[in-house]
Amino acid sequence: MKSDRTLIILGVILLALVVAGPLLPQWAMFLATIAIAKGLVALGLLLQLRAGLVSFGQALYYCIGAYSAGSLGRFFGIGDMLLQMLTGCIMAALVAYILGFLLARYRGIFYGLLSLALSMILYGLLVKSEALGSTDGINILPSTVFGIRPEQAWVRYAVLVAGCAVAFIATLLVDRYLKTPLGQLAPAIKDNEIRVEYMGASVRDAIHVKYVIAAALSGIGGALAATTVGHIDPDMAYWTTSGEFIFITILAGTNSVVAPFLGAAIFGIIHTVAFDISPNTWQMTLGIALLLVIVFLPDGLWSLFTRRKAA
Amino acid sequence: MEEILTVIVDGIFYSAWLFVAAIGLTLIYGVMKIVNLTHGSFYALGAYAAASLTGAWIARGYPPMLSYAVLLGSAVIVTLVFAPLIERGVLRFMYTKDEVVILLITYALFLILEDVIKLIWGVDPYFIAEPYGLLGSFEIGGLTHPTYNLILVGIAIVAGVGLTLLLRGTRFGKLLRTVIHDPEVSRAMGINVDRFYLVTFTFGSMLAAVGGAFTAPTVSVVPGIGVEIVVLSFAVIVIGGMGSLPGAALGAVIVGLVRSAAIHYAPAVELFVIYFVMALVLAFRPRGLFSLAEPRKI
Repeated sequence: MKSDRTLIILGVILLALVVAGPLLPQWAMFLATIAIAKGLVALGLLLQLRAGLVSFGQALYYCIGAYSAGSLGRFFGIGDMLLQMLTGCIMAALVAYILGFLLARYRGIFYGLLSLALSMILYGLLVKSEALGSTDGINILPSTVFGIRPEQAWVRYAVLVAGCAVAFIATLLVDRYLKTPLGQLAPAIKDNEIRVEYMGASVRDAIHVKYVIAAALSGIGGALAATTVGHIDPDMAYWTTSGEFIFITILAGTNSVVAPFLGAAIFGIIHTVAFDISPNTWQMTLGIALLLVIVFLPDGLWSLFTRRKAA
Repeated sequence: MEEILTVIVDGIFYSAWLFVAAIGLTLIYGVMKIVNLTHGSFYALGAYAAASLTGAWIARGYPPMLSYAVLLGSAVIVTLVFAPLIERGVLRFMYTKDEVVILLITYALFLILEDVIKLIWGVDPYFIAEPYGLLGSFEIGGLTHPTYNLILVGIAIVAGVGLTLLLRGTRFGKLLRTVIHDPEVSRAMGINVDRFYLVTFTFGSMLAAVGGAFTAPTVSVVPGIGVEIVVLSFAVIVIGGMGSLPGAALGAVIVGLVRSAAIHYAPAVELFVIYFVMALVLAFRPRGLFSLAEPRKI
């Protein structure tokens, strides 16, 4: 029952965003949409983290999503944001399905390092591929919805609404998945893999499934970010981008499917405010925040809510 | 034929640089089981300290030949300031945590140090070309190479051989190997494990700083200089097996030669190829080329 309530919370927040959207200034809409995009990636990391796996290369799928969206515009002239997200999702999931056979065998630090290597491979390829703009990246076509191009002032709002809708559906599905026996294996895998195997479940398959779902979510997030920003470049696959996603996930905690979105929003706010106040120390602010959370709130900011409820 | 020679010579220079940059990382992982992202920060700290101190040294008109000692000295000084601070101030409270959590902590420290560097040295680039040009150049196979490049090869050999001898032959090295093998039993036997961790972290970071310091004259020292070196170093030590010294040497040579060959024959895959080799090794020998079988924990 509890997670049903958290889903309602998310629904209310997203609905409030959609309703209040037209009143928000453009930059706030931008921040909110990017937070949703990054929240989706962090949700994917959450799935892996629950099984004790930290991917230091989730940016791979974020970048695949973004470049799938970009290629749609560059090679087919398609700028429909929903199609972009769908393509990003499918492409990322396909790549993850193949790579998953390899990655599902890895644990601990090796899982992180291999995913890091894979994302850096994509970075190395993109930097040198002229068809995709090499280091300059490419621009995304102006967004449309169902073939209709919203008026200039409403583009950002349309993207925000589409993002909210997709994020809500995705979170709903992830929540469903987490309630299935396969989804509930995660903490057991983290605790003791061999016992899980003895009970008759395949750890490798379970991790493979998680990996693909995480990639699909990241692909959607990447496509959404691409259409929001209007420009993509290879840095989206660089290891620091992956670091950012881990940061968001750890900051928010993994105890709730809503937490990643909260984390992404807080990350965006810290980033914007700290950068505004002092452009040369925003990373330090983030670093200190991360250290404090790891030391004092190992379950993330979300545990502040649950703790209060318990008391 | 001549081209192959050039590829090999370039590859050796690049390997030496990689080895110096990565050997500290493998040492720290081997002893402390920490995947240390601050390694890149120390590389950057070394580069900045060297650039500013050596620049000042030369601007004052002191003997330029001694600038090499200043490069080395600045790397040592800057590490002695920051490494013990980080190890004693933060990391030592974290050793009981999960390997992955410690990785995240070093990531946080990496972010902090990135900005500490900007606060100390600003965001403008530093140039010190003098030590680079001072030694002239030499010729192999019709192509001239700066003699300066040999310094890094020298440092790589001294660091590699020195560290191996230290581990094999001295009392300190034997104790350190005990600590590597089993920190808890070592502690029970009265070995001051904390001190070994402090020394290892400082020394490992110092090697990164030395790498940065001796790279400083060949590049412009700009913010973010340490960001790439972290992943490159990981590629190197993962290929050879994390925690292994000969492994790091092998990894550096493989990456160095592969990259130099890529630059000469197929520039488009220059970056890709390094991480591709890393992924290949991880796919077939996840614990590196120099790994032994490891018991599975229940």
